[in-house]
Amino acid sequence: MSDILVDIQHLTFKRGDRVIYDDMSMQFQRGKVTAIMGPSGIGKTTLLRLIGGQLKPEQGKILINGQDIPQLNRKDLYKARQKMSMLFQSGAMFSDMSVYDNVAFPIREHTRLPEEIIRLMVLMKLEAVGLRGARDLMPAELSGGMARRAALARAIALDPQLIMYDEPFAGQDPISMGVIVRLIRSLNNALGLTSVVVSHDVNEVMSIADYVYVVAEQKVIGQGTPDELRAHPSALVQQFLQGQSDGPVPFHFKAASYSAELMELAK
Amino acid sequence: MIVDKLQQLGQHSIAKVQGIGRATIMLFGALVAWPTPRKSFPLLLKQLYVVGVLSLLIILVSGLFIGMVLALQGYTVLSKFGAEQMLGPLVALSLLRELGPVVTALLFAGRAGSALTAEIGLMKATEQLSGMEMMAVDPLRRIIAPRFWAGVISMPLLALIFTAVGILGGHLVGVDWLGVDGGGYWSAMQANVDFQQDILNGVIKSVVFALIVTWIALHKGFDAVPTSEGISQATTQTVVTSSLAVLGFDFILTAVMFGG
Repeated sequence: MSDILVDIQHLTFKRGDRVIYDDMSMQFQRGKVTAIMGPSGIGKTTLLRLIGGQLKPEQGKILINGQDIPQLNRKDLYKARQKMSMLFQSGAMFSDMSVYDNVAFPIREHTRLPEEIIRLMVLMKLEAVGLRGARDLMPAELSGGMARRAALARAIALDPQLIMYDEPFAGQDPISMGVIVRLIRSLNNALGLTSVVVSHDVNEVMSIADYVYVVAEQKVIGQGTPDELRAHPSALVQQFLQGQSDGPVPFHFKAASYSAELMELAK
Repeated sequence: MIVDKLQQLGQHSIAKVQGIGRATIMLFGALVAWPTPRKSFPLLLKQLYVVGVLSLLIILVSGLFIGMVLALQGYTVLSKFGAEQMLGPLVALSLLRELGPVVTALLFAGRAGSALTAEIGLMKATEQLSGMEMMAVDPLRRIIAPRFWAGVISMPLLALIFTAVGILGGHLVGVDWLGVDGGGYWSAMQANVDFQQDILNGVIKSVVFALIVTWIALHKGFDAVPTSEGISQATTQTVVTSSLAVLGFDFILTAVMFGG
């Protein structure tokens, strides 16, 4: 079995005329936490949707366990999706079901296990994220952080090989953020998962990732372990990691000359 | 100027045709599959309750009032010619052929259609549909299909209930209030209503309307722009488009069924 679970080769993806990715390649190691960082709006979520087969690239291959996801037919794609799961930014909990039924949903859909076994599985998953006591609540009754943990319990319900986190830290208070950071790392180790974390929260990501890709301008601009990245020579990578307001990514949106525009008003 | 207008018209038409194409693909994806009764039946049952049973009250009340108004209006005209005994057939035929299927479809679009659109639009906006897809569960089969069948099954039944209650409402006003002969009301109705020509054609109409309204509602929700504005627009469009489609198809069906 190869060490690489997900192998993205020469990926090109466009939205209309806008190029999102141009000939981009990256690999996710089995059993590791790989992070993808980059400024907002560069299509990090799009990348997860491409891996999940919800979008099709213009060119390139996305190999998971050697299977090229964009080339799969519907049946094989659905089979491949059973081995991966995704934690959406919003949690995407089904609002008409309790937390318990949400976690039980994928188990009930894909297996014919008796309810007693499903109960055991659900309670184990909820215990892992610390929400066993919240099983009878409806998603609307959960706080943002709890909803994300409940969604995480659902995402690991069928013990996937690959789990993708879409901005797991966005909009969380420091305590929930700490909880989620801990969960991503500990679940990855305990369940032998391969995790992909898409985020722009530099400190949190650097603390848990084994390998980091920094994506900007339609391609990978820097990669390496967190330590390697901190010493990266690229000015753009450094601007992003240190959160400087000006640099290769300018503070000002492209505009005509400031003085010329002011003078125009004076006329 | 004219070229611009023509271009706009062209773009608009292409967008409409594309919309119909997307709606067809959605329906095809939802309905063409091996039936799995163990999973689908409980889902269908739940939707029959939400879409059908919960619409009962508005159908019952509207049916009763429309029957009462028909009898009142009919009586004033018929009594001028001394033809009060024809009140039964007047009420029954109006309801069976036209008002039952059409008004039920319009009420259904407002009550259940808009709810379906908003529900599915919100599921899309909160990434529930995407989430389901990533869990290897096809939202077309899990969400769209049971709602579609629930609409198609429940609306003709609601139209029949509407008609029956309307006829009773007509009896209430015509016979109990205005003093038309009760035996005459029922016997003239029995003599003038034909099973195939009137009842069956009415049922066919309401099946067609059920297909149209449910399909439009589901597609508008599924195709909604996933923002609060997008969902509100989609809900409005469901009610407007399906009402107009029902009235348009009603004319075509009436022309085919009763025209010649």
